Amino acid sequence: MSEEMFPEPEWLSEEVKTGTTIIAVTFDGGVVLGSDSRVSAGESVVNRVMNKLSPLHDKIYCALSGSAADAQTIAEIVNYQLDVHSIEVEDDPLVCSAATLVKNISYKYKEELSAHLIVAGWDRKKGGQVYATLNGLLSRQPFAIGGSGSFYIHGFVDAEYRKNMTKRESQEFVVNALTLAMGRDGSSGGVAYVVTIDKDGAEEKCILGNELPRFFDQ
Amino acid sequence: MATALQFPANVSTLNNYNDLYPDWTQREVSTGTTIMAVEFDGGVVIGADSRTTTGAYIANRVTDKLTPIHDRIFCCRSGSAADTQAIADAVTYQLGFHSIELDEAPLIQTAASLFRDMCYRYREELMAGIIVAGWDKRRGGQVYTVPVGGMMTRQPVSVGGSGSSYIYGYVDSNYKTGMTKEECLKFTAEALTLAMERDGSSGGVVRLAVISEQGVERQVILGNQLPKFSTV
Repeated sequence: MSEEMFPEPEWLSEEVKTGTTIIAVTFDGGVVLGSDSRVSAGESVVNRVMNKLSPLHDKIYCALSGSAADAQTIAEIVNYQLDVHSIEVEDDPLVCSAATLVKNISYKYKEELSAHLIVAGWDRKKGGQVYATLNGLLSRQPFAIGGSGSFYIHGFVDAEYRKNMTKRESQEFVVNALTLAMGRDGSSGGVAYVVTIDKDGAEEKCILGNELPRFFDQ
Repeated sequence: MATALQFPANVSTLNNYNDLYPDWTQREVSTGTTIMAVEFDGGVVIGADSRTTTGAYIANRVTDKLTPIHDRIFCCRSGSAADTQAIADAVTYQLGFHSIELDEAPLIQTAASLFRDMCYRYREELMAGIIVAGWDKRRGGQVYTVPVGGMMTRQPVSVGGSGSSYIYGYVDSNYKTGMTKEECLKFTAEALTLAMERDGSSGGVVRLAVISEQGVERQVILGNQLPKFSTV
């Protein structure tokens, strides 16, 4: 009777997930990636400032969502594989190569893993690119959203995305999308991390909660 | 998906949710829909898609989910088609009776309370998410939402149904207080279009209605006349 009255807290037995909202957008000359910073285990937030934008190479980043352990491991493995590859070809790797490496792992172990990575970056051959690698597919897209919070902003990004935005507009678009998703999704929140990648390199920025844009709050 | 084990009610069950889908999709019956209602100064604008599905088959592609309850009170129905039709019929009767007793037009809040009473009392048996909207003399245009479970709250703008989750971001960012009737119509049509593009259980045509002191104006926007967005 007593163990039923006071059950063990859920989060001790829950897998740690990055609930998450992630987004990546191309603009003319590069890409902008964005993510929230909440990691949850059941109903408990175990990390409120996690940076889910993980570098795979100098000008290639990936955004993590799903199981925190799975996503981090995939990112680390691909980081290593890309380093080896770039030494072999004596040049910066292509974004497509990074995305293919991620896709290969996601597809081969799709039954065991539950992580969705969005790969985005800049290379000399094709400029800014965004690849979605959900469940082992590989799809190049003008922009991609992922994570549990992304459901709430499908309508917003469909309506507001325009081709050939400037760097500034893309950054605003990403921050607005993240803010709206964090406002509605219980598993997303904290601060917003934004990474802008162009031919000159990658620039990381962290936007605190009180600096995020405000929308009409019902 | 959810396992079939029985747990005592006060022990939390292990959440087996696939992280690609939000938890609530396993609890809400998606008989598919997107409904929306917006208040403006002088009335309300309500809108809905027109698809009724049984599984993957579209049973009715031109459904009218905007149901009159009284002269200037409508409800938008989402959830089980049978449940919502039955509830709407019952409330229409009760409200009509009440209005005769009062000898004047009933309040929107009264209609919403009647929906809430029924949805709460029979919450275990019903699956109904209803938005009640209309115009009355005392408070002008009002929107009340009665989601699954039977709570009731008044909101300036409310969305409901399986397609609504895709447009929360759009509605949050585009709603402004003090919009005119035309702006509300455009806002509702665009939001419903975006939801219909993303939700497999919503689609067809967009039905709109404007309720104000002057009465009710209804319109239909056909598939090829829907607003277009660059990526869809």
